[in-house]
Amino acid sequence: MSKQLYKNTRILSGLIIRRDRVRIPVWLISLSALTIIVAAAFTDLYKNEGERQALADTMKNPAMTAMVGQGYGLENYTNGAMMAHQMLLFTLMAVAIMSILLVVRHTRADEEDGRIEMIRALPAGRLANLTSTILVLVGTNVLLALIVGFGLTALGIESMDLEGSLLYGAALGATGIVFTAITALFAQLSESSRGTIGFSITILLIAYLIRAIGDVSNEALSWLSPLGWVLGSEVFVNNYWSPILLTVSVAFILVVLSLYLNATRDLEAGFLPAKPGKKKASSFLLSPLGLAFRLQRTGLVAWAVGMLILGASYGSVLGDLESFFAGNDIMQNLVTPSEGFTLTEQFLTMLMSVISMICTIPPLMAMLKLKGEERKNRTDHLLSRSVSRIRLMGSYLLISIVCGFVMLSLAAIGLGAVGNSVMEEGIAFGRLYSAAMVYLPAIWIMIGLAVLLIGIAPKLSGLVWVYLAYSFFVVYLGGLLQLPEWMSRLSPYDHIPNLPVEELDYMKVVILTIIAIVTIAVGFIGYKKRDV
Amino acid sequence: MSVLKTTNLIKRFGEFTALDGVNIEVNEGEVYGFIGPNGAGKSTTIRILLGILKATDGEAKIFGLDAWEDAVDIHKRIAYVPGDVNLWPNLTGGEVIDLFVKLRGSNNKSSRREELIGKFDLDPSKKCRTYSKGNRQKVALISAFSSDADLYILDEPTSGLDPLMERVFQECVLEAKSAGKSIILSSHILSEVERLCDKVGIIRHGKIIETGTLNELRHLTRTSLVVETKQPLTGLNEISGVHGIEKKNHAFVFQVDAEELDNVIKHVSNFGILSLESAPPTLEDLFMRHYEGTGKTLKTGVGGAK
Repeated sequence: MSKQLYKNTRILSGLIIRRDRVRIPVWLISLSALTIIVAAAFTDLYKNEGERQALADTMKNPAMTAMVGQGYGLENYTNGAMMAHQMLLFTLMAVAIMSILLVVRHTRADEEDGRIEMIRALPAGRLANLTSTILVLVGTNVLLALIVGFGLTALGIESMDLEGSLLYGAALGATGIVFTAITALFAQLSESSRGTIGFSITILLIAYLIRAIGDVSNEALSWLSPLGWVLGSEVFVNNYWSPILLTVSVAFILVVLSLYLNATRDLEAGFLPAKPGKKKASSFLLSPLGLAFRLQRTGLVAWAVGMLILGASYGSVLGDLESFFAGNDIMQNLVTPSEGFTLTEQFLTMLMSVISMICTIPPLMAMLKLKGEERKNRTDHLLSRSVSRIRLMGSYLLISIVCGFVMLSLAAIGLGAVGNSVMEEGIAFGRLYSAAMVYLPAIWIMIGLAVLLIGIAPKLSGLVWVYLAYSFFVVYLGGLLQLPEWMSRLSPYDHIPNLPVEELDYMKVVILTIIAIVTIAVGFIGYKKRDV
Repeated sequence: MSVLKTTNLIKRFGEFTALDGVNIEVNEGEVYGFIGPNGAGKSTTIRILLGILKATDGEAKIFGLDAWEDAVDIHKRIAYVPGDVNLWPNLTGGEVIDLFVKLRGSNNKSSRREELIGKFDLDPSKKCRTYSKGNRQKVALISAFSSDADLYILDEPTSGLDPLMERVFQECVLEAKSAGKSIILSSHILSEVERLCDKVGIIRHGKIIETGTLNELRHLTRTSLVVETKQPLTGLNEISGVHGIEKKNHAFVFQVDAEELDNVIKHVSNFGILSLESAPPTLEDLFMRHYEGTGKTLKTGVGGAK
């Protein structure tokens, strides 16, 4: 019987490794290099206990806890404790994303494209493909765990011993394995690869949110989230291995379940059936603008909800900020006090720049959708009819700009509504809203850059993501890593006046807007002239 | 000896009945043509035969084994070509052919592989992402015909091929047939089916509505006649079994039911025949006859299925 299910699993594993002989090493190298480089950088940056302890004190606030998890070992903030506190959660998310993308690529995506059909018509077992995918992914994650584990040990940092380092690696690997299992399960439930990615990423975000809420309010809640389990290993502080064991066991159960579902279902069928669609197009769809919106509607709605939740979750911690700052001398020194402003308001400015950068992602996706449509030769259908290129690109630009405004507004509304309900002295909503809206020119510049790249160098349009990641890196981590100031000046977000603490400098805002308009105009001219 | 046999195959997707009692039998050394319009259930049937869909009810046996339970054993002896071949973009055509060979086991001859690559004029060193639809189709065909299978399952295998390559394909099928292999061929190219197949099954709304050799099927339908007579031909419309009478120049063109042919010829001969052409119905005529008025039946069919 097992022959009917598993025959040729070994050859199919070989096929996966052959297909991903670049992709998997790139993931492994970037993730382990990131971890090891940051660990080394931390040691250079914070040379003695005093400096580290000062940093630890700035971390003792609900906002940070919500963002990076509970700080274990904040009382004795060694390099190891710092690493596990500040880096582990984000690296976990990256490992989870790696696992999700790789699993979908070899399961539902291959099935959707009809490749599994040809494999199954050969003497390959019914479960051979799913099993080989899981085996390769488990192997990849174990390898990652070992590379990170031994890599961190090799740095020879005092507080990062062999056991802790291996546990750190194991935490990454276990998360990768549990999300491999979760994705394998959704690959059975959902009928499409998009659906599988969507569901799995949603689970990842929910896991992050539950842990954030749990860590701030009720620790028991965090134990509902796989991310909470892994962080509960308290790497480099207490080195508990049992959470890793728990995570891997859950993964095992999910794998068994998904194998069972795969063995009983029809090829290309799912357990969450797709609804039948409309028979006729609504009049709203019948224009390039309508089409462009319709293609992205679901994604945009999801982002809108996400931004509202993001704003609300930041808002939920505002209430505790003031009391936290009050009892913390070092924190008060760190935030330069300005007369007439509460510390919360000053903290808000940093929050706004982070929020505005996250709010830049959906408008960029909306704009770059034009490029994706072109790559799949679907813009041909429009351009071969009576639609001009200006109109086509204009439709995407309009959606992108409106999207940026809506996302930022929703995040600000979420932040304001929840924030004011938990704060004793609220902040006037108008002030808060304008502090968010002032970031619009920066978002426009990012959109403009996307338009420019699509118009002039479509193959390089991915660079706009690099620029956004760079901006996030320098503005968010610049202070932490003590980067030189010119590096952050290269990001448009750095030039936005920090309302409400700073004056609204109209000159700056106007200049940024003009830059955005010029890049957009040049992009349009380029798009009009180039080959599609 | 029957190589493939389905008995009362039923497949439901939720409330929709895709197959409603399909019976097919393919014997050794036989080429079975499987025709029907889009959505009639051809691919569903084939996928059940491949053991990748599970039949709701009924039986599908290949080489006497169950298509679902013993899929792996069956697949060692069959070769499959789908109508829409998608391949791994970063593997070359040659790599994919070898992969399929390896997954099958080792009963392939590499000389045959080279011969077919030459015949189909495929460049096996190119990555699959650069292949056109026709070239991807060739990869699947080469993989299939270079294997030493006993049963070939071909689901619209020539879509996207140019006429030259289609001829190569037909040669391959005839070669396999003369080697005593069995083939089930689903196709929309009726001339292809007519040329290759010994037996034809027509499927509609998940039911086989006609099956038999082409000659048997032709017998069930009308022959078209073109007749020119010395005296004006009259009284045709009074004879039963005469359809679609048209007058072209001096000749009459009409169709006659096979069983009435004798009467009609007797009648016509009274008028002094100058010329008489008779054409057997093509498969297309047959097919169209079965599907004329599908518009009407479609409603009841789908409605009934709901």
